[in-house]
Amino acid sequence: MVSFPSSAFDIAEAVRSGSVKAAAILEDHLGRIAEREADIHAFNLVTADAARVIAARVDDVVAAGHDPGPLAGVPIALKDNMCTRGVPTTCSSRILEGWKPPYDATVVSRLAELGAVFVGKTNLDEFAMGSSTENSAFGVTLNPRDTSRVAGGSSGGSAAAVAAAFAPVSLGSDTGGSIRQPAALCGVVGVKPTYGTVSRYGLVAFASSLDQIGPFSVDVRDSALILESISGHDPLDSTSIPQGPLDLLSVLDQDVKGMRIGRITDMPEGADPDVLGRLEAAFDALRAAGATIVDVELPTLKYGITAYYLIAPAEASSNLARYDGVRYGRRVDSVDTNSMYMATRAAGFGDEVKRRIMLGTYALSAGYYDAYYGKALKVRRLISDDFARAYGKADVLLTPTSPIPAFNVGEKADDPLAMYLCDVYTIPTNLAGHPAMSVPFGDSRDGLPIGVQVMASTLGERPMFKVAAALERHMVATGGRS
Amino acid sequence: MPDPSRERISADAVAKVARLARLDVSDDEIARMTGQLAVMLEHFADIDSLDLSDVAPMTQPYPLANVLRDDVVMPSLDRDEVLTNAPATEDGRFRVPPIIGLEG
Repeated sequence: MVSFPSSAFDIAEAVRSGSVKAAAILEDHLGRIAEREADIHAFNLVTADAARVIAARVDDVVAAGHDPGPLAGVPIALKDNMCTRGVPTTCSSRILEGWKPPYDATVVSRLAELGAVFVGKTNLDEFAMGSSTENSAFGVTLNPRDTSRVAGGSSGGSAAAVAAAFAPVSLGSDTGGSIRQPAALCGVVGVKPTYGTVSRYGLVAFASSLDQIGPFSVDVRDSALILESISGHDPLDSTSIPQGPLDLLSVLDQDVKGMRIGRITDMPEGADPDVLGRLEAAFDALRAAGATIVDVELPTLKYGITAYYLIAPAEASSNLARYDGVRYGRRVDSVDTNSMYMATRAAGFGDEVKRRIMLGTYALSAGYYDAYYGKALKVRRLISDDFARAYGKADVLLTPTSPIPAFNVGEKADDPLAMYLCDVYTIPTNLAGHPAMSVPFGDSRDGLPIGVQVMASTLGERPMFKVAAALERHMVATGGRS
Repeated sequence: MPDPSRERISADAVAKVARLARLDVSDDEIARMTGQLAVMLEHFADIDSLDLSDVAPMTQPYPLANVLRDDVVMPSLDRDEVLTNAPATEDGRFRVPPIIGLEG
């Protein structure tokens, strides 16, 4: 029985040194996919043949005495809302079924240049709208830790793929918590970087002032490695911040002595007691490591749900207007263009997407714009200002990632508002454009993973990763018992 | 006595919004969405208590101005590759049904 390195960092090191073949690493992961994917449904598509070609090419480069790059032979899963040239990209929607993008997303071409091996496209809530991956047109993704429960969402497939060791790392997108919440529910690391640090060229748009791509991984170091690899300016994305890649691996070993960790005294209520218990344990661990816990107030945080669920659907209703049956995807024929649009969209979109398009169209419509969308933009400013004051006192803030651990499949399916409330702790970050990440920090009494969210101010990824690494060190040292 | 939450949005308003959003919806769907949207709008009323009179709207998180590039010709997508994704094409173009409606 051969034992392979499991982290992306160690895999790349072994493949570059020639001690392990990328092809062998790939087969190891494909073997686990063959074994468990039918029970999990992390993927919309497994691209085994294409992956074998790429892995063989990586091994050829090593054999020729060259370096394939810092991600040599690392299997990576991509959320199925990232464009892959010639490979179906569905957003888990019937309306895009069969669509093959004529270009690669920038994140895809960057990872490919660094030697990564793409294993497949992962399931999501349709157009990334949801918190459980139950809104997929192609079936639910189940939680590898307990398959009677959801994996979270919307990037549930990418979280589950890493939790089930189908790939050591994956990419997701986060508009209101869609990376961090499934990471917490599946017991893996998930990072939503600062708005503008990772190119969104080739990411199918949901809400353009909020969307951001980020990594999932088993440990903090792998997320740092992937984020270093995909961050940095891209001229093809005009919202991309003009700066180089983030420098994160170098901070992971630094200690947190003297850092100011913010505790939100007026945090929105409703979190499960086990979740709050693990949050307290995180504060204790950081205090023991030499950090200072400081109280901060964010009185407008509780209005985040309202601001988000007006702004995101408004932007989505505009972005999704492009699915009209003319240029790509599905068409339902009719006698004229207008009835063709209406029939195509009715048949192509699922319930949640329709609901959000309706909500957004209503919030933007004449007579309601000021009362809903206009007001939401002002509340967004208040939340952002509250954060600015809090980050004057604290380097990072700690909250739960999700108010509850993984819930049962179907539990919230008929209550859209209850589903929206799952995002109460993750949404404010997107409104402000800040970075935040979820770090696994023990289990509930029922044995379900619990994540702690580390949040930081604009471009505060370095202090954020430093604290995340300290929490992880504590988990390794204590085995999660304190 | 009508449920006050139901008054936040009427079925007629929902039907109008569906037309604006170019969505064919059945009467059943309108009834269901009216109820669901009313519950959401009820929750969203929580911001009505805030004084927003002097607050500037925030449309995007990072202060980027218009981004311009030099006007240089660069390669674009291949026409044939793009058209292979279209539901219907004719002479290298997208084909659509008549624009002028037969109804109303």
